[in-house]
Amino acid sequence: MTVMEQRGAYRPTPPPAWQPRTDPAPLLPDAEPHRVLGTEAAAGADPALLLRLHAELVKGRRYNAQATALTKQGRLAVYPSSTGQEACEIAAALVLAERDWLFPSYRDTLAVIARGVDPVEALTLLRGDWHTGYDPREHRVAPLSTPLATQLPHAVGLAHAARLQGDDVVALAMVGDGGTSEGDFHEALNFAAVWQAPVVFLVQNNGFAISVPLAKQTAAPSLAHKAVGYGMPGRLVDGNDAVAVHEVLADAVRHARAGGGPTLVEALTYRVDAHTNADDATRYRGDDEVETWRRHDPIALLEEELTRRGLLTEDAVRGAREDAEAMAADLRARMNEDARLDPMDLFAHVYAEPTPQLREQRDLLRAELAAEAEAETAPTTGTGRTTGTAASTEGPR
Amino acid sequence: MTTVAAKPATMAQALTRALRDAMADDPAVHVLGEDVGTLGGVFRITDGLAAEFGEDRCADTPLAEAGILGAAVGMAMYGLRPVVEMQFDAFAYPAFEQLASHVAKMRNRTRGTLPLPLTIRIPYGGGIGGVEHHSDSSEAYYMATPGLHVVTPATVADAYGLLRAAIASDDPVVFLEPKRLYWSKDSWNPERPSPVEPIGRAVVRRSGRSATLLTYGPSVAVCMEAAEAARAEGWDLEVVDLRSLVPFDDETVCASVRRTGRAVVVHEAHAFGGPGGEIAARVTERCFHHLEAPVLRVAGFDVPYPPPMLERHHLPGVDRILDAVGRLQWEAES
Repeated sequence: MTVMEQRGAYRPTPPPAWQPRTDPAPLLPDAEPHRVLGTEAAAGADPALLLRLHAELVKGRRYNAQATALTKQGRLAVYPSSTGQEACEIAAALVLAERDWLFPSYRDTLAVIARGVDPVEALTLLRGDWHTGYDPREHRVAPLSTPLATQLPHAVGLAHAARLQGDDVVALAMVGDGGTSEGDFHEALNFAAVWQAPVVFLVQNNGFAISVPLAKQTAAPSLAHKAVGYGMPGRLVDGNDAVAVHEVLADAVRHARAGGGPTLVEALTYRVDAHTNADDATRYRGDDEVETWRRHDPIALLEEELTRRGLLTEDAVRGAREDAEAMAADLRARMNEDARLDPMDLFAHVYAEPTPQLREQRDLLRAELAAEAEAETAPTTGTGRTTGTAASTEGPR
Repeated sequence: MTTVAAKPATMAQALTRALRDAMADDPAVHVLGEDVGTLGGVFRITDGLAAEFGEDRCADTPLAEAGILGAAVGMAMYGLRPVVEMQFDAFAYPAFEQLASHVAKMRNRTRGTLPLPLTIRIPYGGGIGGVEHHSDSSEAYYMATPGLHVVTPATVADAYGLLRAAIASDDPVVFLEPKRLYWSKDSWNPERPSPVEPIGRAVVRRSGRSATLLTYGPSVAVCMEAAEAARAEGWDLEVVDLRSLVPFDDETVCASVRRTGRAVVVHEAHAFGGPGGEIAARVTERCFHHLEAPVLRVAGFDVPYPPPMLERHHLPGVDRILDAVGRLQWEAES
């Protein structure tokens, strides 16, 4: 006799009826990435917006080239170029209102300067004179984040805090494809959805996390598909189509501002340059692939449309180019000045009030600097040794 | 003016009162964490706050420590003063990247333009029979991270005063709550709570002449007991409660050690690479010529926190402290 037979009249209690919390269908991204340029919809695009995007893209491309050149001259320790990704960078900055906040990753310098940050201040992190060269509050731009995805929960917290205080502020947080594997990405999206925080997450899927291709990064159908698991809409967009990225992000920002909660946007793009100047991209990808993407260049795509509509006048081209050159010349000139550093800054901003321990160390450095200065003015005297020590030891009794 | 007599109160009650008073005084103070709302926290420290101030001010969050602390960073960036609860010491580790890479550094990396006035409450330490991952003493990790303040109360009055000071601080404070002292009682007047002292002062809990016990948090009570027991041996021990590990009160500590000439550091955390090494080094650097014996450490063993049935062998107890004090005398006499 089997166990089931012994139980005879046993009837399992039916489980309570299960209902999905949210209808997943509207959250799923469309099968095809959203595109405007090269489609009939492009005809409806605002000419002023097209020209603005074009001028900013040209300037962004020039900035990438100039900053890359500055690394070769040793003026920057490193520069993670966003060449090929300018459409995402510029659209991210342009869709935000002044009161909104941008949370960039280390590759997003272009979005930062498009937000109004001084191009030199945006590079101090990479030049090495200070970690964040600009005042985040002034521009409502968080510091460029080097750890991956860790800035995303900050965006959620800030947007949530703003909403609690009745401010209709939106936070736009940028992350790369590699960053979507981090725990903080998951936690940020989950918090944002649960809190219905006014946040837009922009994933720039540029194909590689340094050298690791997307196929080794995720098994998801797309990164935008991840949204449904959190209960927020996922949108897929051609990241090289500036008009499409602008449209999708502007939509997501409006949705967030209206109280609709967060959106995850995946922009399909490509990192044409290497990860940084320290990277040899030929080890992990072929020239053919890079060429294919070069032919899908965000500036060229936009220029095709501008030409078709007769908007790409000589004046417009010349204007954009001259603006870009002027910006590059100014950047070059100012970056070629040596940074003026105050070593005492080491202690200035660790705490609101330096601890007694920091005050001792500050005194030590001050004494060292004074000895250095003395040695410079009177090079023949003394040994250059300083008298202070970090831990003021007691003398003999 | 009516005077309300001091009555016995627990450290848990004082902490709750501190949170409540801070929230009542400043609408920017927000409490968030797992279970802090409806349940009032697993230790009930946030009991009643959601009811009094609403679920926006005392918010149950998804179960994700990095997310909790990361969101608190953003909230502080927007002008709030978040108080985060990490449910248990070892559950705070997922948030360590946020703590080390952002919380501790934000003021510094933005040249003072983005200070983070946030408090991270972490129940820590053993002695309550908790299962694995519920009894770690993780203070050395926080002490080793510049940009954080690290404080821990040992008395009911300090629990209130230190937590108010932590929340009032414009810098991030890791507030370590010795969970085995949550239910310890003390005479305390909730109507006239102790003033909010600036963070960074140690206090002499018991004065003595023979040697100084340098300790904090859960070990203070053990050291007080040891000091009483030591009287039978003819030793008159001074007990210094550090209260603040960062900043460190060299002045009070060194004044005591110079008086007594002998010092033992007592804590539950591991000895190797633990807080005691730093403290002993500081004392030796500053008081070498006053010392009659090496600075000794009585600490937890260098083992992962043991299972509850073995924890009494791991935790520094009165006998182990007295043995160390005995060795100080022996060193002096040899």
